[in-house]
Amino acid sequence: MTTAQSTPTIKISLMGRIMAPIRAVLDNPVLAVPALIVYMIAVTLILLGLNRSDPLFPLKSSLAFPPLVLSPFIVLSAKIDWRFKGLLVLAALFIFLPLIGMYDSSYFELVIQICIFSGLALGLNIVVGFAGLLDLGYVAFFAVGAYLWAMFTSPVDTYFKVNNMLVSANYFYLFIFLGVAVAATGGILLGLPVLRLRGDYLAIVTLGFGEVIRVLAVNFNSPTNFTNGSQGLDGVLRPTVPPFIPDIIMRVDQTLGIPISNANTLAQQMLFYLVAIVIIACIIVIARRLDDSPIGRAWTAIREDEVAAIAMGVPLVRMKLMAFAMGASFAGAIGVLYAAKQSFVSPESFSLNQSIGILAMVIVGGIGGIRGALFGACVVTLLNLQVLKNLSLQINNFKNIDAVMPPWLVAVILAVVGGWILWKLLKALWSFANRWFGNAKQAEQVRVVVWGVLVAAIALLTLQGSGFRFDDWPAQLEPAKYERLVFGILLIMMMIFRPSGLLPEPRRKMEMTAAKAEAEDGAIGGGG
Amino acid sequence: MVSTRATTDRTITEWLYRYVLFPIGQMLVFIVGAGVVVMVLAYLLAFLFPEPRPNIVLVDQINRQLPGMLIAGVSLGFVYAMIALGYTLVYGVLKFINFAHSEIFMFGSVIGYEVMRRISDAGAIQSWSPPLLIIVVVSVSMVCAGLLAVLIERVAYRPLRGAPRLVPLISAIGVSLLLTDAVRAIEAITRNEFNLTYPTNDLAWLKTPLPLAFGETTVNVRITSIIIIIGAVLMLVAMNYFVNGTKLGRGIRAVSQDMTTASLMGINVNFMISLTFFVGGSFGGAAGSLFGMNVGTVTPYVGFTPGIKAFTAAVLGGIGNVTGALLGGLALGMIESFLNGILVYFPALGQRYTDIFSFSVLILILIFRPSGLLGERVDEKV
Repeated sequence: MTTAQSTPTIKISLMGRIMAPIRAVLDNPVLAVPALIVYMIAVTLILLGLNRSDPLFPLKSSLAFPPLVLSPFIVLSAKIDWRFKGLLVLAALFIFLPLIGMYDSSYFELVIQICIFSGLALGLNIVVGFAGLLDLGYVAFFAVGAYLWAMFTSPVDTYFKVNNMLVSANYFYLFIFLGVAVAATGGILLGLPVLRLRGDYLAIVTLGFGEVIRVLAVNFNSPTNFTNGSQGLDGVLRPTVPPFIPDIIMRVDQTLGIPISNANTLAQQMLFYLVAIVIIACIIVIARRLDDSPIGRAWTAIREDEVAAIAMGVPLVRMKLMAFAMGASFAGAIGVLYAAKQSFVSPESFSLNQSIGILAMVIVGGIGGIRGALFGACVVTLLNLQVLKNLSLQINNFKNIDAVMPPWLVAVILAVVGGWILWKLLKALWSFANRWFGNAKQAEQVRVVVWGVLVAAIALLTLQGSGFRFDDWPAQLEPAKYERLVFGILLIMMMIFRPSGLLPEPRRKMEMTAAKAEAEDGAIGGGG
Repeated sequence: MVSTRATTDRTITEWLYRYVLFPIGQMLVFIVGAGVVVMVLAYLLAFLFPEPRPNIVLVDQINRQLPGMLIAGVSLGFVYAMIALGYTLVYGVLKFINFAHSEIFMFGSVIGYEVMRRISDAGAIQSWSPPLLIIVVVSVSMVCAGLLAVLIERVAYRPLRGAPRLVPLISAIGVSLLLTDAVRAIEAITRNEFNLTYPTNDLAWLKTPLPLAFGETTVNVRITSIIIIIGAVLMLVAMNYFVNGTKLGRGIRAVSQDMTTASLMGINVNFMISLTFFVGGSFGGAAGSLFGMNVGTVTPYVGFTPGIKAFTAAVLGGIGNVTGALLGGLALGMIESFLNGILVYFPALGQRYTDIFSFSVLILILIFRPSGLLGERVDEKV
């Protein structure tokens, strides 16, 4: 156990070396602003230049779009005046992203999805991140919001339709607030019975609660039809578009000469985008204010040590209920928006997978941080809805044009993808060889032989291999259908290597590293 | 501690009593107890709602179905109990809910399919004698599932030991997601489908039900139910002996009582934890292959519902308590099979509410008696 760790080495990671010049530019107050502007314009131009008929389009688009979506985070990480930061973020949100959206409405769709999941991640972040209550049924509140709007507007023969209780599309904005209220009530109703539970028990009960809501949605079509069962509710109304949005679109269209085929859809999307941005802005402001308030400090106290928090006079019941209610209410508002956007609601959209997906966002970004939650939502949604889907499309494209991957590329991919796993195995092998031979010289010989075999294998594959024909790709193995695999790997990797997330909150980072150090000190034979 | 090597009459009787008669008697008591509770519930319901639907008299229906329901309930209960053992053993040692255990169960059922399919492809399935076939299928899936559980512990849980409680839990959720899709991918590549149907169609001995007479009514009992019951009883007795009668079992118990002290006493804690995962995982795997033989078709997503129900069973009996897992599993299986039979007669409800029922049981127990039926109240150390 100790042999592997006995020699301290100074490591500069490969990632760090690549990032260093970028970091230097971002830290330079003079260079950063123009560099960021150039960056955003360049990415936008690249995206505008992509052609859908190009067989490599899916690959190129999933390489070019994420840099644009993630540009606000790059801006925020630069060391520049906050006014510049604000302006640049606003430019990204209101100029570059809508521009790309107008050019290709599938990007707009993606951006709206990212907004929706950002809202959900921010809400779950309050429950999991701030208050430390692991909620695996969070999607239930999302469902409550979505069904609320769907039941009152869907033309399907439900109880509300039969009794003439349908409302017009103008009530949409009112229903966002109603969604907040109803979901918050739901949060309190869930919170009350589970207050005494901690950690893993809470996780299981909330999971059960989420499933109960889903099963209810499936079964609440008899004897009185409320949810139309597993068929779901379709034809959900969308809010009417105010006239200024088509005006703007027309004007942009005339000035820039972007061909716009479906102005109505575009205007609708623009409206949803704006509403989502407004909701998210509200959520961010509320979450920040809460985090800095006595309530936020109480949550932190509960998260770190419940017993100590009680001893210090934190009103546990009220604070936990507050966390559940706040998190739920955001999900409710987003749910109403989601139902209107999809115009179709069915129980399938609210499965456990969805809950875990949102949890993955919070964890990938960094538990407990607002920026982290947003970042996680962007990364995971892009991965799930763009990268994986585009990979499937790309493979299909390759199949259609009968493409063959050249042998050297196969070798490189195998080396890179398998390299990490192999690296781990080899490290285990080295320490074993060290112990087995007892002296470093023989172990060194083993090392040379193994590396030699490895390099030879790659070389042989390059020279002798016939490459990979994409027609041989199994039809069942579509990347888009393996989102669980990706989520699973993400969660495990994050927990083992970076439990505080990609954009960690300073305080959380401290907690996690402290706990880890403690674990390494105190664990019995922690394994090497 | 009784020395198992002693050969005097008294110790042999005592050994038999302790490791064979007592556990079997315990199971019988639990079965009878749960059965009585279910019967009382059934007749109470029949008394309250004599005719839930026109022309259907509930008492008659119950009289007709009760024996079948009880047997199905016992076999379902044993499946739950075997999965619940995995949760409970791991919880006892690590104080952590192994979320991925339901996927180990799933893995066991898929391995069972693979073994049976291979035997069938080799054309040998007809010629093998039934006990041999079942023993081979079950034991291979036990070993594979146990090894998988050990691997999972090594890769995804051991590096996180001592971290805040949420961290290994989230990692376990990740493992569970990863396993479902990894199994799906492997099956999709090798078999080009992932709805795996056990090749049991031409096995006459497995398909023909066994008629059993209960007074005037005859119940057709499925052979698979009987296999599950016999197999589970054998394995549970062996398990009881392993945990309470062997040195390794003593090691596991010591680690679950106090890890630090156990390590000071010269027990290899990491080995004991791996062993616990192996035992728990192999029970999950056995349950998986028996379950697969019973339902016929399994998918990589088959683990979730039995997994959460078995967890409910473990909590119901008192998590960390091996006897509790048995009691909880049997009770839950009985009640569920009873609800499955009865709920059809209530037009407003329907069978699909059985799942909600299990969740409600879970939530109610966690709220009102978090230590379960047999568990002791454990106060959190500050």
